[in-house]
Amino acid sequence: MDWTWFHKFGSPPHVYRLARTLTPWFAWPAGILIVTALYGGLLLAPPDYQQGDGFRIVYVHAPSAWLSTMVYAVMASAAAVGLIWRMKVAHAVAASCAGIGASFTAASLVTGMLWGEPMWGTWWVWDPRLVAQLVLLFLFLGYIGLRSAIDDLGRADRASAVLAIVGVVNLPIIRYSVEWWNSIHQTPSVMKMDRPSMPMDMLAPLLMMLLGFTLFFAAVLLVRLRAEVLRRERGAAWVKEVVS
Amino acid sequence: MDGYAAYLWPAYLLTFAVLGWNVLSARRALREARAEARRRIVADREEGA
Repeated sequence: MDWTWFHKFGSPPHVYRLARTLTPWFAWPAGILIVTALYGGLLLAPPDYQQGDGFRIVYVHAPSAWLSTMVYAVMASAAAVGLIWRMKVAHAVAASCAGIGASFTAASLVTGMLWGEPMWGTWWVWDPRLVAQLVLLFLFLGYIGLRSAIDDLGRADRASAVLAIVGVVNLPIIRYSVEWWNSIHQTPSVMKMDRPSMPMDMLAPLLMMLLGFTLFFAAVLLVRLRAEVLRRERGAAWVKEVVS
Repeated sequence: MDGYAAYLWPAYLLTFAVLGWNVLSARRALREARAEARRRIVADREEGA
């Protein structure tokens, strides 16, 4: 099998130029999808028969929660590639993911609290799903803290990669906690083997928002990745062509 | 909003603030990295001269 395409991803100038080209192709569809989903979720979707208009928090809570675990999976995968194949660009991808993941994990926790108070009668319970999501936030913050605590870039890459890989054990716990244990949190409505348990006029804006957030992550990751690659390669000859 | 406005709007406001922060911080990081690379090029040129 020809692995040339994979080896190209180890080249910082190739990755920098590819990221610059691809960013608008993710950013514009993300913006259009998010605005359309916002209109659909707030104005077109009917109120829930039990939760009334309160259910509309799902259109920002679920995409934030989805992004938090998806970003962690991307970060850990990139860290593993960096550790196994000693690919510096992969470590740059992992480092670029951390801030994005931490912010959306925090957003999912706070929007969950804002949904929980009127529906459950409490801002917070020590429920398995909520605790696992809180652990995810600590993993992102720990990853960021560990990187900034080590001056040597190579050591920071390796140590933070190990932490990211170990933390993957938390992802199935987040996903299946509502099925494994008694949980106040509802079971999945969309991402399950069976048909989604939402009518299409409620589901369509949610699916659009999930896709919009995913594309948004890709766009922001590519911009952050360009910054990270430039920082690591600032003495290289190709950087002179790019920035001058 | 069925009496849920006090919960709904802060949730939307926070999420869109996070989206905005991500855009601004990524652009700032790129701007700073480019500026740092330019400074490095100028310093190298001055050393060489």
